[in-house]
Amino acid sequence: MRLAEHKYRTTSKIAGQLLYVENIHAARIGEVVKVIGPRDISFEGEILEIVKGNILIQLFGETRGLNTENVEIVFTDTIRHVPLSTDILGRRFNGSFTPLDGLPMFYASEWRPARGYPINPVARLRPEEFIETGISAIDGLNTLVKGQKLPIFSCAGLPAKELVAQILQNARLRESTKKFAVIFVALGLTFREYSFYLQALQNIESEFVAIINMADDPVMERLMAPRFALTVAEFLAFDHDMDILVLVTDMTNYCDALREISNARKELPGRRGYPGYMYSDLASLYERAGRIRDSQGSITMIPVITMPEDDITHPIPDLTGYITEGQIVLSRELHQQGVFPPVDVLPSLSRLMQKGIGTGRTREDHRDLANQLYKNYAKGRELKKLEAIVGREGMAETDQLFLDFATVFENEFIHQEKQARSIYKTLDKALQILERFNLVPDNLKKKKTEI
Amino acid sequence: MKTDTLGKIISISGATVRTDLTGLTLFERVSVGEQNLTGEVVRLEKDGTVLQVYEDTSGLGMNEPVQGHGLSLATTLGPGLLSVMFDGLQRPLEALVDKTGSFIHPIHLPCPLDLKKRWPFTPLVNKGDTVAGGVKIGYIDEGPFQHPMIIPPDINGRVIDIAQGAINLEEPICRLDTGSKIFGYHSWPMRVPRPYRKKLTPGEPVITGQRIIDFLFPLARGGTSIIPGGFGTGKTILEQTIAKHADVDIVIYAGCGERGNEMSELIEEFLHLVDPRTNCPLMDRTVLVVNTSNMPVAAREASIYTAVTLGEYYRDLGFHVLLLADSISRWAEALREISSSLEEMPGEEGYPTYLASRLSSFVERAGVVETLSGDIGSLSMILSVSPPGGDFTEPVTQALLRTSGAFLMLDTSLANSRHFPAINWMQSYSLYQDILADYFKKNLSNDWEVLRSLCREIMHKEESLQEIMEIVGIEGLQEQDRLVMTVAEKIRSDFLAQNAYTADAFCEPQKTMNIIRGITELYLQGQAPKAGKSENETRRT
Repeated sequence: MRLAEHKYRTTSKIAGQLLYVENIHAARIGEVVKVIGPRDISFEGEILEIVKGNILIQLFGETRGLNTENVEIVFTDTIRHVPLSTDILGRRFNGSFTPLDGLPMFYASEWRPARGYPINPVARLRPEEFIETGISAIDGLNTLVKGQKLPIFSCAGLPAKELVAQILQNARLRESTKKFAVIFVALGLTFREYSFYLQALQNIESEFVAIINMADDPVMERLMAPRFALTVAEFLAFDHDMDILVLVTDMTNYCDALREISNARKELPGRRGYPGYMYSDLASLYERAGRIRDSQGSITMIPVITMPEDDITHPIPDLTGYITEGQIVLSRELHQQGVFPPVDVLPSLSRLMQKGIGTGRTREDHRDLANQLYKNYAKGRELKKLEAIVGREGMAETDQLFLDFATVFENEFIHQEKQARSIYKTLDKALQILERFNLVPDNLKKKKTEI
Repeated sequence: MKTDTLGKIISISGATVRTDLTGLTLFERVSVGEQNLTGEVVRLEKDGTVLQVYEDTSGLGMNEPVQGHGLSLATTLGPGLLSVMFDGLQRPLEALVDKTGSFIHPIHLPCPLDLKKRWPFTPLVNKGDTVAGGVKIGYIDEGPFQHPMIIPPDINGRVIDIAQGAINLEEPICRLDTGSKIFGYHSWPMRVPRPYRKKLTPGEPVITGQRIIDFLFPLARGGTSIIPGGFGTGKTILEQTIAKHADVDIVIYAGCGERGNEMSELIEEFLHLVDPRTNCPLMDRTVLVVNTSNMPVAAREASIYTAVTLGEYYRDLGFHVLLLADSISRWAEALREISSSLEEMPGEEGYPTYLASRLSSFVERAGVVETLSGDIGSLSMILSVSPPGGDFTEPVTQALLRTSGAFLMLDTSLANSRHFPAINWMQSYSLYQDILADYFKKNLSNDWEVLRSLCREIMHKEESLQEIMEIVGIEGLQEQDRLVMTVAEKIRSDFLAQNAYTADAFCEPQKTMNIIRGITELYLQGQAPKAGKSENETRRT
């Protein structure tokens, strides 16, 4: 603890959101500083780097109007903390964690560092409880479980937000008695999207916390907003045993903000200009999802990513896919066919599905049905390519059957409009389609006759 | 020891810290700041030293103290390592939970081993015997193993006192006339390869239970396989399946920069699965070194050195060890981050120019050796690589290709059609096939080589026919070719594909041979009457 409070007027350089200050006596990495500009406007900043008495500050807020002469820096001797309380439920904040809903700030029962601490891998519990989203393509084939992080890979113009809204409205844990809440993090959202999401949030029964960074808000806050949200999530989940669903949209804006700041710091750019540490940085967010041994709660995370140029190998979806436990990929082709939600199940994947389905979780025949649908649809899609060359007439009868199956599968199983389907309805639908094409696997037939 | 030399922090940038302290040695371990964060000396300068801090530096302030220890960053080796899960700096994670709860806070733990635990010790040497580094002076019983106690490599002398019966690690078990006290454990600098008498040529396989690996792309004991693959191609599942079933004595699993949930799944499974060879839980033959993606980056860099040093230790005790690392790309990225914060000139894709040399000296630590005590021990490696965008031309994959002996390429399109393990049979290779051929012919089956080339021939033919078939359909093919397609399909689905979640996850070598023999027989039968040629002639065409 430092006893004296110093005001420094030794700013030597301002570049974008970055401030260089000289001749500092004491500073810490990550320390919060107050930057006071002309006419007493004040912002917060954070110390990024210390080099022999000179420091580099990252500023939250607009640097326009500042010059090196009229800025004063005050040190706080603490790193950034988040105020926490269960009163936070139902509130809306901006990227600096200031209330947006016109109500006063709540009384904090506790403060915790926004960066958080990594969960000890041995203290983790394996995610295995099924979450019903009401969407067949997810529940049936890419099942979401509690504590999982499952991103949605979308492309510009695809109805990702409609899909998210539907998940929000229907998401529930089967037979859960615990409290459930949604934390919504908007990063660089346009007003149109914002009002859509807010509408959706107000329609849901569960409580929610919203942290909103709009497209014209400071870029810097885009990097902080998800950290605030996850600190709140950890508090509610692990201290108050709640099931928390964290929805982050759009992570592409987050990564672009990261690139912008990295560039301003003159760091070495990696692929497509994104910094080399983007993997670790994204991991420090995504890995905060999960369950731990000494708590009943859980954090499930659904980040939305818009793939630039529809390219799944772009660094943002690529690094995300390496960290998250699967992905839900939306397809432009299905969207053009009028299928909603346009989930392409072939590249989609839920890594934790195996543990979350089957007897006692969903239904005994879930795994077999999913495999069978998958196999036949993959075959049908493969044959569609052939159809484009030789035409339907040139194909064998059995091959035509698979083509029809693929079409029916897309139109009846994947496509479901706005109605939610329970997991049992989803599985019945699957069985029904397979029966129609006489593709029910033998072991399932046997089970059926037994019943 | 310079334990009383104190300096202070001048600069901090990420995990790189500059101090005004001089007189330190390169790679010396240091304590940094008021919280005693662990660090290592990475560069010596005229008026100061550059340190690498292995923990989160947020909150670290200028002018905080730095202290040298006069020792290198080391791995502690002894009984009690098995079935424990360590972080990249060899801190037992379970002990960390007791100290800081479910979340990891920067903290210093004195010793990775339980020093108080009592072990039954049986001596093998007597008073007056002359002993040198590597000599076994006795053993203790640890789980399913007899854990030999060895003299640390750099010590020798005459025994003047040796313990017997219950011992713990706090008291010396042996004293030498040179004044050396031998404890049940010792430390070894993690970046220095442990010595051995001589390196031998590999000649035996590591049976992984994966048909495609054991039959088509075998790994030799002491060899290195790499598994590159984009996300979702099943790298982790494949590594974990091999960790479960491989016929080795000890498995070291390094989860380097990967997912936390996967690790919790792995531990849970390993605790409940039983090793058929010893009837003990699989965990009893496993050491886990885990630095998940959200744990400090610099410790991720250290984690594979911790893992390989542990592996070498068990090799020196005369065991066959398999080191699985998932994934080397995350290690390379950590190296890149560190290099960039040291302001070094970047090489290809921002990786430091010493990436290839670091990787090759790491891979060279694998091998079959005659240990200092004259036993045979081996350390084999299976390393997964996560190339960005699934593009194998990137520097990490390329550097590993030059040094490793087997390349198991994971294929996104195979994974998308749910063919697992998604190893591409056309592109993958194993340089160990020739040195292992004799072993397989002698110990498994005479027709090993013949069946192998036949299998590859069928798959090769299938690939060239695939394009034609896409246009003309299977009906348009000649009968001969149709046979190839049917047999190849059978090889794909009944032989190369293997479900990691069923009993099929491990396939005995003998069963592997039977399956492939059965399938290829179909092919030969279908071919023989039509062509009217003898078997051998057919194969030559």
